[in-house]
Amino acid sequence: MAEVLVLVDHVDGAVRKPTLELLTIARRIGEPVAVHLGAGADTAASTLGEYGATRVLAADAPEFGGYLVVPKVDALEQAVEAVGPVAVLVPSSAEGKEIAARLAVRLGSGLITDAVDLEAGDDGPVATQSAFAAAFTVKSRVTNGVPVITVKPNSAAPEAASAAGAVEPLEVSFGDAAKGTKVVSRTPRESTGRPELTEAAIVVSGGRGVNGAENFHVVESLADSLGAAVGASRAAVDAGWYPHTNQVGQTGKTVSPQLYIAAGISGAIQHRAGMQTSKTIVAINKDAEAPIFDLVDYGVVGDLFQVLPQLTEEVESRKG
Amino acid sequence: MSLRIVVCVKYVPDATGDRHFAEDRTTDREAVDGLLSELDEYAVEQALQIKEANGGEAEITVLTMGGDDAKDALRKALSMGADKAVHVNDEALHGTDVLGTSLVLAKAVEHVGYDLVVCGMASTDGTMGVLPAILAERLGTPQVTLLSEVAVADGKVTGRRDGDAASEQLEASLPAVVSVTDQSGEARYPSFKGIMAAKKKPVEALELSDLGVDASAVGLEGSWTAVDGVTERPARTAGTIVKDEGEGGKQLAEYLAGQKFI
Ligand SMILES: Cc1cc2nc3c(=O)[nH]c(=O)nc-3n(C[C@H](O)[C@H](O)[C@H](O)COP(=O)(O)OP(=O)(O)OC[C@H]3O[C@@H](n4cnc5c(N)ncnc54)[C@H](O)[C@@H]3O)c2cc1C
Ligand SMILES: Cc1cc2nc3c(=O)[nH]c(=O)nc-3n(C[C@H](O)[C@H](O)[C@H](O)COP(=O)(O)OP(=O)(O)OC[C@H]3O[C@@H](n4cnc5c(N)ncnc54)[C@H](O)[C@@H]3O)c2cc1C
Repeated sequence: MAEVLVLVDHVDGAVRKPTLELLTIARRIGEPVAVHLGAGADTAASTLGEYGATRVLAADAPEFGGYLVVPKVDALEQAVEAVGPVAVLVPSSAEGKEIAARLAVRLGSGLITDAVDLEAGDDGPVATQSAFAAAFTVKSRVTNGVPVITVKPNSAAPEAASAAGAVEPLEVSFGDAAKGTKVVSRTPRESTGRPELTEAAIVVSGGRGVNGAENFHVVESLADSLGAAVGASRAAVDAGWYPHTNQVGQTGKTVSPQLYIAAGISGAIQHRAGMQTSKTIVAINKDAEAPIFDLVDYGVVGDLFQVLPQLTEEVESRKG
Repeated sequence: MSLRIVVCVKYVPDATGDRHFAEDRTTDREAVDGLLSELDEYAVEQALQIKEANGGEAEITVLTMGGDDAKDALRKALSMGADKAVHVNDEALHGTDVLGTSLVLAKAVEHVGYDLVVCGMASTDGTMGVLPAILAERLGTPQVTLLSEVAVADGKVTGRRDGDAASEQLEASLPAVVSVTDQSGEARYPSFKGIMAAKKKPVEALELSDLGVDASAVGLEGSWTAVDGVTERPARTAGTIVKDEGEGGKQLAEYLAGQKFI
């Protein structure tokens, strides 16, 4: 059967959820073969196998952590040569997209980024993309070469499907460009203990209406009562109230959770671009005319400092 | 040493307008007014700051590939302080995908001559965020992308890349391709003097033949991706809006419980 390469996103062998989604999606097109770069392949293999990877091609080298992007492109290119897949799927992270893009150039392949769905088609895989701040849905296809497609988180529910997940070493030789950009130092982001923004089932976001870093605890408390991730508008991030890694929108993260709660956010087009495809949208805003109310399933016109604490208390008491 | 900096800027439909696709499923660039992509203003700004930090010893060329109106984007960048502009404009380019665009821009960058190429983090219409990486691949230079801080000194570019898992300090030798994010610092507004000066700055117009790019490698026909359909997302059905009269949080909890979220 035709094989599909899936680049694994992981932290030292702890596989991130979008990769499981990718394996699930890959099975619609062929047999998934995972490519694991860096440490921890043996740990990762059992999870990857559980979600359908027949093989896990593994390579580890200091270059992967020591230099930007290109060493991984070299490795993935050599995996393509070794396997001859019908498609290459890569998680749509910033790094994933750059790896995919350079790979496409080398393979002479068309490139599709930020797919939110993927189906098998008569002329190769058909991707669904969101365009113009999610106002449009686009169906697209690669017409030349082995399709290289990056897929956004939350594009499918991961489904287990047991396969061998046999680890096979991948020999990698690095080209001249591999050491072009040196990673001089790396400061890992501190874990907040909350779910990943792009992976969370519920996201609670605060905007300019939160009015100060010292007030964000009202947003965090609600998020914690719901087991949610915390997001922020760019206005709140630019003001220095919340880290940029939590920004939702065009130049932040795109989220598509089951429930999105926007507090003190007006609903500018660039913010909508990052949350418009959420299943259920709720907003709390003191301005009844705020554009965010055009999107909501349920809206409360009111002061977030009254509404959020009351909601949090109610959620806590219902938990018993 | 005088640095040769090329800044790639894209002319895009205004995101606050009612953007659509044209009949041939390419971006409708007529219905909505265009502008210099806001995210490329950050690229122009960083180029200007690098020039200033280099004691003014740099020449900044802004480069765009786009139709006739795209010269507005070049004018804006020139009025911010760039020195000259290059406009690649050719009928055959309509509908070009990212591989074709990067091929043309790589040739144009080589035509201009460069030590440093500065790009935005992503366009505001296509939003792929990959063109800088592809440019580096094609030019065979280091890729130092998605920087929220950048500096150039002693033939090296250094910068900070804030990723999901970590913040990385990067370093590469020139020539190099960089891209900067909207965290890199607000772009300046063109001054009146800048706007007047921009009118006299040279804009070089190029066609594909000037760059030795074959028309078959670009345009809709030359694209390695095809769009089979576009559908407008149905408007979300109007929701329930309540005014908080003291019980708003409880009402919301009731709704969320009904939806099985709590
Ligand atoms: C190229 C570009 C990219 C961008 N990318 C992003 C992005 O990724 N993400 C993003 O979010 N924005 C982005 N923006 C910015 C965007 O245009 C808006 O400026 C931003 O989203 C506004 O944030 P806000 O809604 O928090 O603030 P505002 O628009 O100021 O809205 C604040 C809201 O809070 C309400 N409010 C105030 N006090 C209270 C209270 N006590 N209780 C309840 N409600 C209250 C007000 O009524 C108002 O509606 C981008 C802009 C550009 C040009
Ligand atoms: C909704 C939508 C989806 C698309 N999806 C795909 C796809 O999946 N695959 C594909 O191959 N094409 C796709 N395209 C076409 C693609 O957007 C264009 O080919 C475009 O020229 C390059 O991609 P980008 O605008 O996304 O660039 P990005 O990679 O987002 O741009 C990054 C930076 O590159 C520079 N840059 C980009 N374009 C130019 C330019 N014309 N002139 C000068 N500098 C520039 C700017 O500095 C910019 O900030 C899509 C277009 C749209 C509108």
